[in-house]
Amino acid sequence: MAVKRMIEAIREALDEEMARDPRVIVLGEDVGVKGGVFVATRGLLEKYGQDRVIDTPLSESGIVGVAVGAAMNGLRPVAEIQFADFIHPAMDQIINEAARIRYRSNGAWGCPLVVRTPYGAGIRGGLYHSQSVEAFFAHVPGLKVVIPSTPADAKGLLKAAIRDEDPVIFLEPKRGYRLIQGEVPEGDFVVPIGPARVAKEGSHLTAVAYGMMLHLTMEAAAEVQQEGISVEVIDLRTLAPLDRTALVESVKKTGRALIVYEDNLTMGMGAEAAAVLAEEALYHLDAPVRRLALPDIPATPFAGVLEDAVLPNAERIAQAMRELARA
Amino acid sequence: MYRFMVLSRALDERMWIIQRQGKVPFVITAHGQEAAQVGAAMALRPGQDVIVPYYRDMALMLTLGMTPRELMLNVFSRAEDPNGGGRQMPAHFSLPRLRVLTGSSPVGTQIPHAAGAALASRLRGEDSVTFCSFGEGATSTGDFHEGVNFAAVLKLPVIFFCENNQYAISVPVRRQMAVESAAQRAAGYGIEGRSVDGQDPVPVYLAVSEAAERARAGRGPTLIEVRTYRFVPHTSDDDDRTYRTRSEVEEFRQKDPIPLMRRRLEEAGLWDEQREKALRDEVAAIVDDAADYAERAPRPDPASVMRHVYAD
Ligand SMILES: Cc1ncc(C[n+]2csc(CCOP(=O)(O)OP(=O)(O)O)c2C)c(N)n1
Repeated sequence: MAVKRMIEAIREALDEEMARDPRVIVLGEDVGVKGGVFVATRGLLEKYGQDRVIDTPLSESGIVGVAVGAAMNGLRPVAEIQFADFIHPAMDQIINEAARIRYRSNGAWGCPLVVRTPYGAGIRGGLYHSQSVEAFFAHVPGLKVVIPSTPADAKGLLKAAIRDEDPVIFLEPKRGYRLIQGEVPEGDFVVPIGPARVAKEGSHLTAVAYGMMLHLTMEAAAEVQQEGISVEVIDLRTLAPLDRTALVESVKKTGRALIVYEDNLTMGMGAEAAAVLAEEALYHLDAPVRRLALPDIPATPFAGVLEDAVLPNAERIAQAMRELARA
Repeated sequence: MYRFMVLSRALDERMWIIQRQGKVPFVITAHGQEAAQVGAAMALRPGQDVIVPYYRDMALMLTLGMTPRELMLNVFSRAEDPNGGGRQMPAHFSLPRLRVLTGSSPVGTQIPHAAGAALASRLRGEDSVTFCSFGEGATSTGDFHEGVNFAAVLKLPVIFFCENNQYAISVPVRRQMAVESAAQRAAGYGIEGRSVDGQDPVPVYLAVSEAAERARAGRGPTLIEVRTYRFVPHTSDDDDRTYRTRSEVEEFRQKDPIPLMRRRLEEAGLWDEQREKALRDEVAAIVDDAADYAERAPRPDPASVMRHVYAD
């Protein structure tokens, strides 16, 4: 298996799916000639032509709306929103249209599309190039929300998303595009949407994370391991539908849970995971569930010292693990 | 054409009665806009062209081939309603057999869908045209701009069909746009624009036929405005007396497309009292049958409420 960067794994998945299925098209701003601002789609235009790799006008609602119509009429569109921070004009098309098409038509129509978008902080991107938007979408039945944290998962989950019969919001941790490397299976490698992954086994506490935070959580877990704290790390991978069983099973074993995410604290994945554990694993808990997240500020500030002051990092995660292990 | 106009009006009148009897909670219809919709539908190829309608298109749907029973099932929200089995409000049309895409309530959202459907048709090598309708209020939305611009830039085979009935609920057209006609907006996108009399199905038929030809020849989308009027409130929840005078409505009644069409047929020697009576009897029987059938049809099964969130 070759070691690849996350961005290369994403490109490989797109390329293989376009080669496999002529219904797959890619559309978005700058995805064609330039190959995307993060070059996820580089080379696809030359290979598949401008009918299937479409540089669109600057219109987020239009991009998703066009993808919705194309999906209903037999294509498998993969729409790119250049940054998650600009997805809000398309919220209506995603939530009111894509997510509800199957339900509202009583199963007569489906909407098999993927909306790919880079999200997240840690890149000195300031308020409008750092946002985490997963909770907005994870709240909406009818959508699937997927966040890979490894190159292998990025490839396998994106292939699954393209083949899925329902709309999938595919959030790519942009800080990890080049930073995260890993082995990626060649050829047709598909990771099912839904199941979480045990990234590391452990016995004293469970840490739940996804995306870039998974890596910082792994770092923190390695650090506290040396102090005798054994952390089990769960990579959610799919936020909706949520793998409740994986959470509950792990906490039955460890009795403690820390949820780490870079989205705002309130009403985020931490709230949902904590509620699941309260409902299904309360009597296995030896300590209150803890959340470590971005505080409730509108988004991460631009200046480095300000961003560093609020974004969870390995050190803070390790500290939270120590406190939880002692609690 | 005349037959569909009369049938649509009769179904429509019965729906309002059914609503006033308290049998159904909500009605929204094509009352007054039948000529525009029938004229357009006649220029399309049912089952071949992709249709992206809006909530006022009952006469269009009827002419394309949605049956009176299906329309009534929709109003009664019955399990058998093909538009959504009672999940959506009435008049949110959806019918795969006629390639009618499912629609929602937020105004204008279907316009980019039409561009996408046309893109798909072209990529799949079909010779179908996508027809997308909306009110003049919808032309003020961002999705109108995004969808029309998208289709224009990619020269997609779409017909954008604006049914300008002078009001978006209570807001008159002069508060909606500073241009004379919605068709003028076409110039801003570099596409053809046409404004036609919507009380006469013939010019509408011709305009839509021409636009379909243009689309099929690869010459891109057309924006057609049909000038029309609705004689009834926006929906059964609306009282139009708060925003327009009775004399205005009466004035427009003079342009009711149904008597106009009848007079025209009579003048051409194609119609007489006897034919009219036969048609009225036929239509009354169809409406009775549809209403009875739908009223008696089973309601949706509450146990089905969790179904179709995702593909099974
Ligand atoms: C985005 C949005 N805003 C408001 C509404 C409420 N609303 C429903 S119909 C309507 C008027 C639409 O007028 P127009 O587009 O001219 O169509 P008409 O009903 O006159 O045929 C409004 C404001 C809505 N459905 N969607």
